[in-house]
Amino acid sequence: MFFNSLLTNLAALEVGQHLYWQIGNIRLHGQVFLTSWILLGALLVFISLGTKKMENDPKGLQNLLEFLWDYIRDLARTQIGEKVYRDWMPFIGTLFLFVFVSNWGGALIPWRLIKLPSGELGAPTADINTTIALALLVSLSYFYAGLSNKGWRYFEYYVHPTPIMLPFKILEDFTKPLSLSFRLFGNILADELVVGVLVFLVPLILPIPVMFLGLFTSAIQALIFATLAAYYIGEAVEEHH
Amino acid sequence: MLAFNFFGATEGGLFDINATLPLMAIQVVALTYILNSLFFKPVGNVVEKREKFVSNNIIEAKNKLSEVKKLEADLLTQLQSARTEAQRIVSEAENESDKLYKEALELANNEANASKEKARLEIESQTSAARDQLSKQADDLSELIVNRLILEK
Repeated sequence: MFFNSLLTNLAALEVGQHLYWQIGNIRLHGQVFLTSWILLGALLVFISLGTKKMENDPKGLQNLLEFLWDYIRDLARTQIGEKVYRDWMPFIGTLFLFVFVSNWGGALIPWRLIKLPSGELGAPTADINTTIALALLVSLSYFYAGLSNKGWRYFEYYVHPTPIMLPFKILEDFTKPLSLSFRLFGNILADELVVGVLVFLVPLILPIPVMFLGLFTSAIQALIFATLAAYYIGEAVEEHH
Repeated sequence: MLAFNFFGATEGGLFDINATLPLMAIQVVALTYILNSLFFKPVGNVVEKREKFVSNNIIEAKNKLSEVKKLEADLLTQLQSARTEAQRIVSEAENESDKLYKEALELANNEANASKEKARLEIESQTSAARDQLSKQADDLSELIVNRLILEK
């Protein structure tokens, strides 16, 4: 009874429905692109405003952007190492900013007020396509980082302390993108669902702490994603002795 | 079933993977390039320029500080040597003036003694001359008295 009604309510949340765009014979999730364009547009406007007039004594937005830059540099430097962190800082920073902006944008903006013919707007990172895309980019990056820095010696990593490690290391190449994508996807989707269900059941006060928890999770997930990506790249370029 | 509809539907579903994936990947790569030229490069330039500026200033200040310390030590040794020099000059001058004083004193003493001696000799000679004259006059007088007495008789 209650459970049944909960399920129908859940169905009212339109889980797993998408706004399809058909281009030729490929199909896209339109709502993911719409929200990501809005959020990335806002991010780019914000950054252009902050970097428009760069001064030696930072003021206002420039201060914030410099803090952000410093934060990302520290993240990249501690994980990747002094030698090559510069090459990978933009990628790590973009991952962090993309995930962070997507998560927070999804949680803070009342997208539900905008009605779509099908599906609903929300965090782009709550769509499995986005998180798999990000995770695969990370995989490609660490392979590229390892091969470009160490050449074929990169594959020494697979037999590193002993050749017994070989199957585990090969397995890791599959589990890394899997865990990266599903961690992010699961966390953000679960947060959206919990907030959605709570708002549906108790529209007053009760969802607010959960929303704050969601914001916290969102920020943490962005940090985790960027840190892990940097760690994987750092692991690939690390020199064994 | 509803649950089945959630996850397994051919149309839609949570795990509906399609062309969104590669397009999103391209979008993120493009975003990386855009953010690199719009955010990471310019902000990095400014921050690193400032960091260089600050560290250069710190190095410069340290150099200046060490220079100041060297100069201070230099001045201290100079001061020390000047002080000993001054002491030496003062004691030298004291000795000199002491010597001059003694010399002058001796000279004055000698002079005084000499003039005293001269005066004494003069007084003595005058005394004896006066005594001689006196005794000669007494002789004359006595002779005169004797003569007169003899004549009256």
